[in-house]
Amino acid sequence: MAVEKVVGIETEYGIAGGPDLDPITSSSIIVNAYARQGRTRINWDFHGETPDLDARGLPGLTSFAPVVETHLANTVLTNGARLYVDHAHPEYSSPECRTPREATLYDVAGEEVMRRALTVANESLEPHQAITLYKNNSDGKGNSYGTHENYLLSRSTDFAHVIRAMVPHFVSRQVVLGAGKVGAETEHGMESRPFFQLSQRAEFFEEIVGLETTLKRPIINTRDEPHSDAERFRRLHVIIGDANMSQYATFVKLGSTALLLALLEERGPDVFPSPPRHPVRAVRAYALDTSLEVTELCDDDKQRTAWDLQDELWTLALGFVDSNGGAAVGDPAEVSMILDQWREMLDGVRYDPDSVADRVDWVAKLRIVRGYRDRHELNDDDVKLQAIDLQYHDIRPQRSLAQRVGLRALVDDDQVREAVHNPPRDTRAFFRGQCVARYPDQIAAANWDSVVFDLGDGPLQRVPMMDPLRGTAALTEDLLKVCPTADDLLEALDR
Amino acid sequence: MTERERIQKQRTERAKETTQDVSVDATKGDQLKAELDDLLDEIDEVLEENAEEFVRNYVQKGGE
Repeated sequence: MAVEKVVGIETEYGIAGGPDLDPITSSSIIVNAYARQGRTRINWDFHGETPDLDARGLPGLTSFAPVVETHLANTVLTNGARLYVDHAHPEYSSPECRTPREATLYDVAGEEVMRRALTVANESLEPHQAITLYKNNSDGKGNSYGTHENYLLSRSTDFAHVIRAMVPHFVSRQVVLGAGKVGAETEHGMESRPFFQLSQRAEFFEEIVGLETTLKRPIINTRDEPHSDAERFRRLHVIIGDANMSQYATFVKLGSTALLLALLEERGPDVFPSPPRHPVRAVRAYALDTSLEVTELCDDDKQRTAWDLQDELWTLALGFVDSNGGAAVGDPAEVSMILDQWREMLDGVRYDPDSVADRVDWVAKLRIVRGYRDRHELNDDDVKLQAIDLQYHDIRPQRSLAQRVGLRALVDDDQVREAVHNPPRDTRAFFRGQCVARYPDQIAAANWDSVVFDLGDGPLQRVPMMDPLRGTAALTEDLLKVCPTADDLLEALDR
Repeated sequence: MTERERIQKQRTERAKETTQDVSVDATKGDQLKAELDDLLDEIDEVLEENAEEFVRNYVQKGGE
């Protein structure tokens, strides 16, 4: 049985400017500016974080286990999200969501959180020190930072099966989900001298499977940190996605991946198309090919384009939904919308790109980059084209190019304003966000799987939330409403 | 073949046909070009004044 696909998405934003041009200082200013608004000053609790555990159960596979930083600005929001400084970037990690559409809403709410933080931060800075933020994944000079997705799986799902089933999707989904990039920036990428690539991230991947996220990035990340009951759950941490400006792209990214994972849990890995024999080479070669015609030899000796793989995966997902319904991912209307949009985007990129320029980021970006080059008769490597690429991802409305290319909105502004402050109702994020909103002075810290209370007259009290599907509005809203203080809440929970 | 597959196949076939139509459909082509022209005018207005400096100064530390 497929576990209900709790999903989340986290984005490290690119950052420039600031008083001393140091990105760590500037990132702290951003996070603290938002916390200063009075919404929340609650610290993140690192209890239970194990980013160096490997899902394959093989310790010490890499020499550089990820390090958890504990000294940087780090806070929990009333919508259940985490806003913090990760390395040298401000990062927004969405709350756990019950469906891809909801997770898209909370990703867009994250953009709004960053925009508000930026406005508050810049009010306290001189104009020449102003900070700017970019929802992208590379600086064009060989440095990349991530947009990671998270999906709940059953612990009984064999990790080797995840690898077998999901590599074809992760190397090929960029044909509809890539955010596009002008030029190349890694040694091997620059050898091909591309004018444009489908993906921001593809050229940074060097391994098929591994624990790393910053060095030797793997297509499948094996971090085994479930942030929940490890006897029952896994959390698949996907590091190979681009940060999408298109809400429809985010929706199809989360939706297609969640459907294929549910399918894997129901049917096993053998029904999936064969992966390319050399997945790292494939993900890079596919990215370099905007004609979508490049093929890679797969394990069954067939040649496939990225589009062919997506076409097969879509058909597989369709068959699964027809027989199973896909309830682990969403209600019938949402599941149907995932399939329809995924299909339209696939057909669009192949047969009529203009028809999907309102949904596929790389198509939208390529259109303006190419148009601008031709109008001003610029060389392919003109720096203005790289400026357009960066500015596509600028989150300031007055500078954002993504806001000007006519991308279709999936969620409306009222929903986003709500989601900035209020948590999803159908996961434990509801309990976390509500506690932060109701008892801010009585919470010492919080993290994904617990809230720690400080009632002032005894030891700290941890309330565990080991099941992401509990702590929902249905289970806790009535209780929270009749508990004016955290003392009342803890007393009621003890009963 | 399920109902949805059938519809999808028709849609795909249609998409192929439309692609061929587009090349001879001057009206749609002109409209797209006009939209792009307006967009490019707007980009000229909002693009960072000193593109070279802007791009050069945008240096990030790796993350994740």
